[in-house]
Amino acid sequence: MAEISLQGVTKSFGKTEVIHTTDITINDGEFVVMVGPSGCGKSTILRMIAGLETSTTGEIRIAGKRVNEVEPKDRNIAMVFQNYALYPHMSVYDNMAYGLKIRKLAKDDIERRVQRAAKILELGQYLKRKPRELSGGQRQRVAMGRAIVREPAAFLFDEPLSNLDAKLRVQMRLEIQKLHRELRTTSVYVTHDQVEAMTLANRMIVINAGVVEQIGAPLEVYDNPASLFVAGFIGSPSMNFLPGLRSGDGVEVGEGLVVPLPPEIRGSAGEQVTVGVRPEHFVAGDGGGPRFKLRVDTVEALGADSLLHAGFNGSHLVVRIEGHSTPRAGSEFEVSVLPGKAYFFDTGTGKRLGA
Amino acid sequence: MEKRVVFKSAWLPYVLLLPQITITVLFFFWPAAQAVYYSFQVQDAFGLTSKFVWFENYIYLFKDSHYLSSFRVTAFFSVMVATSGIVISLVLATMADSVVRGALAYKTFLIWPYAVAPAIAGVLWAFIFAPSIGIVTYFLKKLGVDWNWIINSEQAMLLVVVASVWKQISYNFLFFLAGLQSIPKSLLEAAAIDGAGPFRRFWTIVFPLLSPTTFFLLVMNIIYSFFDTFGVIDATTEGGPGDATKILVYKVYYDGVKAADLGGSSAQSVILMAIVVTLTVIQFRYIERRVQY
Repeated sequence: MAEISLQGVTKSFGKTEVIHTTDITINDGEFVVMVGPSGCGKSTILRMIAGLETSTTGEIRIAGKRVNEVEPKDRNIAMVFQNYALYPHMSVYDNMAYGLKIRKLAKDDIERRVQRAAKILELGQYLKRKPRELSGGQRQRVAMGRAIVREPAAFLFDEPLSNLDAKLRVQMRLEIQKLHRELRTTSVYVTHDQVEAMTLANRMIVINAGVVEQIGAPLEVYDNPASLFVAGFIGSPSMNFLPGLRSGDGVEVGEGLVVPLPPEIRGSAGEQVTVGVRPEHFVAGDGGGPRFKLRVDTVEALGADSLLHAGFNGSHLVVRIEGHSTPRAGSEFEVSVLPGKAYFFDTGTGKRLGA
Repeated sequence: MEKRVVFKSAWLPYVLLLPQITITVLFFFWPAAQAVYYSFQVQDAFGLTSKFVWFENYIYLFKDSHYLSSFRVTAFFSVMVATSGIVISLVLATMADSVVRGALAYKTFLIWPYAVAPAIAGVLWAFIFAPSIGIVTYFLKKLGVDWNWIINSEQAMLLVVVASVWKQISYNFLFFLAGLQSIPKSLLEAAAIDGAGPFRRFWTIVFPLLSPTTFFLLVMNIIYSFFDTFGVIDATTEGGPGDATKILVYKVYYDGVKAADLGGSSAQSVILMAIVVTLTVIQFRYIERRVQY
């Protein structure tokens, strides 16, 4: 169990800085998810924590100890890789025991730890098999087993579920959650899937282009996104954005529609303001907020609810409404924003106003 | 899914196969059959008459101490060539794989010797190590080593081994490099996190995963040392001094062409054929059994 902290960490490949100054503290026993689009640098940060990459500047600490110069094997961490990285020529048992044998644990201690991990992960009957004789989900579990038996200070997960099919991914997500509840080991989990991030994280770190955009509990990030990027990345379907111009105490978003700015952020709003509304914050008819007259392009009826796609002044809007009162494609439809549910961003900087 | 191409015409597939079959029959099956045929005969010195003698040539061979010594020479030679060739190229491939700067240059240089014909490689090494004018001989003499492979059989063997290994390193290197590059980096990273140092990672992860490659190369190198080294030996020692470097394939040539014993030479080549067939069968059996991880 350990706290992990990064202070002023940057990473450059040649002249290109891929990770800009980063400060992160991960508390003991916490499950933190780093989420961002592919290529944003989240895996690089994880690999710097693991010691597989060196940081260009800054300091990385695990359990209070500076580890910049420490070899991966001496950092007391275990990592689960996207492609599982199981040793193909070893049995499941030997895969899990490999690290323990190297650390010269007693034979019965190794046996006990492996059996315990196998029991937790329901791998008991597969211990003699080779990785190639296992299904994707089982391989994933072996990879986690190899991490568990080490009883490390922290688990690092590098997109561990990306190679699994959708159904298995949901199942493994729940298993990881359960596992963390039982073991309470500090965990850092990297994914590009915001659903994984929302469901697994105690806190999540949203990363974009090598910059930490926001750190917070999933719902806190969802409700109070700090930037256009975070607002668009977290939530599915993503938030609708309407670029507009300041007009008195509101923002004109086109077709004469003015969305009023809340009084507390009027001072900080510049000329160009983007208004963001989540699909589920629209209601059919008059809900009290600004009203949009839309011509429905496409309807996706999902059963419980329906997604309406419509154009509005050059932007593409997605509106989520209750599933059985769905208008037909091509028809006119009026929706309004729930009061207080519009977000305002500075179009130039991408920062949320008043945040 | 059916991946085979199905021809509508009845004769087109045969026509397309014809060139390959012609070459195989003309240059492989026909000479092989000839060898078997001649191996049962004894010819007079002028090649005017021949007599069918059944297995007499074979029986004679296995009583012939020269032939048995050639077996021992070949065994020693191929073990030396195969093991040192494999070990050196594995070391080189591992190093070239881990090199960051100028990797392409290293790889190119290491593959070059493969483009050199065996006879030319032989001449090259014979020249460098020539007893009177060789540059290496000169330096060896300065170190107090009396180098003369024309009269010293150990040195002659060393020379042909070195020249043969040098030729084959490129081939081995290529396969090892490909094998190394097919091992996912994350496996080694996982092992590093599990606590294995570089040496241990090599022996517990890399080497076992390369074992199919190593086995394949072992067979290929033995075949190489049995047959393709003819050019190297002919250009340097010509089997000498005495019979010190007269490997089986060179003896086939020597007995048949120089000593004009066509029957005995044919019997020897039939035995060689049997050896290479055995090696190939072992290879296919083994590789098929554990082709993938």
